[in-house]
Amino acid sequence: MAALDHAAELNKAGANITGAGSAALHLIRRYPLGAVGALIILIFVGLALFAGVITSFDPLTTNSRAALARPGGAHLLGADFMGRDMFARIVYGARISLMVSIGATVLGCLGGVLIGLLSGFYGGWFDLIAQRLIDILQALPLLVMALVMAAALGPSLPNTIIAISIALIPNIARVIRSNTLSLRELPFVEAARAVGMSEIRIAITQVLPNTLAPLIVLATAQLGSAILVESSLAFLGLGVPEPHPSWGRMLSESAADYVRTAPWLVIFPGLAISAVVFGTNLLGDAIRDILDPRQGS
Amino acid sequence: MAPDSAATRAPAPSANGHVLEVENLQTCFFTRAGLVKAVDGVSFCLSRGETLAIVGESGCGKSVTSLSLMRLVADPPGRIVGGSVRLGETDLLRLDEEAMRAVRGNRIAMIFQEPMTSLNPVMTIGRQISESLILHQRLSRAAALERAIAMLSLVGIPEPAQRVKEYPHQLSGGMRQRAMIAMALACNPEVLIADEPTSALDVTIQAQILEVIAKLRRELGTAVILITHDLGVVAETADRVIVMYAGRKVEEAATLDLFVRPMHPYTRGLINSIPRLALMRGERQAAAVSLQEIPGMVPALSNLPVGCAFAPRCALASDTCRAQYPPYEEKQPGQWAACWHSDQIERSAHD
Repeated sequence: MAALDHAAELNKAGANITGAGSAALHLIRRYPLGAVGALIILIFVGLALFAGVITSFDPLTTNSRAALARPGGAHLLGADFMGRDMFARIVYGARISLMVSIGATVLGCLGGVLIGLLSGFYGGWFDLIAQRLIDILQALPLLVMALVMAAALGPSLPNTIIAISIALIPNIARVIRSNTLSLRELPFVEAARAVGMSEIRIAITQVLPNTLAPLIVLATAQLGSAILVESSLAFLGLGVPEPHPSWGRMLSESAADYVRTAPWLVIFPGLAISAVVFGTNLLGDAIRDILDPRQGS
Repeated sequence: MAPDSAATRAPAPSANGHVLEVENLQTCFFTRAGLVKAVDGVSFCLSRGETLAIVGESGCGKSVTSLSLMRLVADPPGRIVGGSVRLGETDLLRLDEEAMRAVRGNRIAMIFQEPMTSLNPVMTIGRQISESLILHQRLSRAAALERAIAMLSLVGIPEPAQRVKEYPHQLSGGMRQRAMIAMALACNPEVLIADEPTSALDVTIQAQILEVIAKLRRELGTAVILITHDLGVVAETADRVIVMYAGRKVEEAATLDLFVRPMHPYTRGLINSIPRLALMRGERQAAAVSLQEIPGMVPALSNLPVGCAFAPRCALASDTCRAQYPPYEEKQPGQWAACWHSDQIERSAHD
C-alpha cells in the first residue's frame, strides 16, 4: 500500500479552508448532487429575476399567425394555441411558481414555528387544542387541504400563497414541537433559567435557534411540494388566475386538446416543474446531510 | 482583576454578617407514590467569601436544596412548603416570580454538573456570557461582550478575545466548565451555587476547576455553596461542611473537625468509603481494609422509617434509634449532629 498522503487526506476532509469561496468549493466537491440541485434552483431564480432581459417576447401577447408554431425558429420553445411564446411564458411562469412556493414555504414556516414552539415549550391546554386541530388537518392530504383553502379564498396570487402555506403548517408545527419537547429538557434551558431569563426569552433565544437546522431541511423539502401543489391548483383552475402564466395552468390548458398535435405545449411546462422539484429535492438532501451533527462539519 | 461593579454593588450583609441565611427550608414533592419530603427543615448560613459544602449520597436532597435556593424546583410536582431563604435583607421565598428572575444570575448564580449540555450548542460563548449582563445590568451588546472577554480571562481561558466567538463544541470539557463559571459570575453575585461542578470532568481538570473557584472566591468575595458527593473535593476546598441524609441535615462542622472526629455514623461511613492511596506507601494491609462501603441504600423518601432514617444501615443502631429521631444538637463546640450514639463512633482511622 502506498504511503498515506496526509496533506491530500486533510484537504479532502476540509482542513485548510479559508474564506467563504474555498468553503463553498469544498461543499460542492463533497456534495456534488446538492450542488447540481442548487445550480438548477439558481438558474430558475435567475430566469425569474431577469425574465425581461432573457426574452424579448411578452408572455401575454397573442399572435394568431404564430399559433401552435413549432419549437425552433423565432419561437425557441414554440408557441401555444394563442400564439404566445412558450419560452417567455415559462420564464415568466418561473416568477409565479417561485413566488408562490417560496412565499408559501416562508409563511408556512412562520406559522408552523409559532404553533410548534408554543405547543412544545408551554404545553398545557394550548398544546392540547393545537395538536388536535393539527390532527384534523393532517387527516387531509396536502393537495386536498390546499384545494379546500384555495376554493374558500378564491383564485388570486396572494390567496394561492396563503392557501398553500396553511396546508404546510401542520407538518412544520409537528416537527418543531417534537424538537422543542426534547430541547426544553436539556440542561442549558435550566441554566438559562438560573441566569434569570424569562420563559419567553428562553423560548426565543435558547430553544428556537436549536430548531433551525431541522426547519431548514424541512423547508427545502416543502419548497418542492409547494410548487407541485401550485401547479395542481392551477391545473384545476384554482390557482393564480388568467392571464398570468403559471406552469400548472399551461399544462391544463393544453393537455386535453394538444398533447398529440402540439406536444411541446405539454412537455416544456412539465419539464420546468420536474426540474425545479428535482432541484429542491437534491438541495434538501444535501442540506440535511450537511446539518446532520453526526457527520461533523 | 475584579469586575468594576464590585465596589458599587457590595453585598449588603444582614446584621450578623451573613450573606445567606436559610432557615427551616422544606421542599416537598407531591407524587403518585405519596408525599416526598426531599428537603426537611434544613437551616444554614453563609458568610461572605466562605465555602460551604453540602455532601451526601444521591437522593439525599442536596440538589433539591440548591434548586430550592434558586426557586427552580419544578412545580408540579415539587413545591417549597416552608422556611425562609434570606439573601441579605431579601427573603427569596416571598418574592414574586419577576422579582425572583431579577435575583437569579444577578445576586445568586448557579453552575451545573454537565458542562457539555449546560451551554447552548448554537450560541457563541461570548453571547451566552453577555446574556445575563444585558439582562441584569442593562449593558449594551458591545459592553457586555467586552465584559465577557474579561470574565473569560479571569477564569483562566487563554486567548479570551478569540474564545468568545467560538461555540461550545469547540471547547474542551474543562474549558466549558470555566466558561460556565464565567457565565455564572458575570454579574458578580453574592452567592454561587456549584452543583457537582467537577463530577463530569477528569481528575486533573477537576483540580484546576476547583482552583479557579477558590481563586474567584478570594478575589471577588463570592460565597460558595458546593454541592458534591466527593469528600476529597470537600477536604480541599470547603470551610464548613453540611452532611445530608434523607432530606435532613445530620451533621455540620468545620471541615477539619468533620474529617478528624465525625459525630454521625453516616459521615464516618462516607469518609471510610473514600479510596485512599495507602498502597503507595507500602501499607498493603491497610489498603485492603480501608475501603468500606455503607451497606444498603438511601431509603425511599416517601417511606421513611419512624426513627433515625439511617438506622437500617447503621452498625450502632439500637432500639432508641429505631423508635425516635435523634435530636440535632451541638456535640462539640461548633460541631452539630443528629445521632443518639455520637460517643461510640470510632475516631479517624488515620490517628
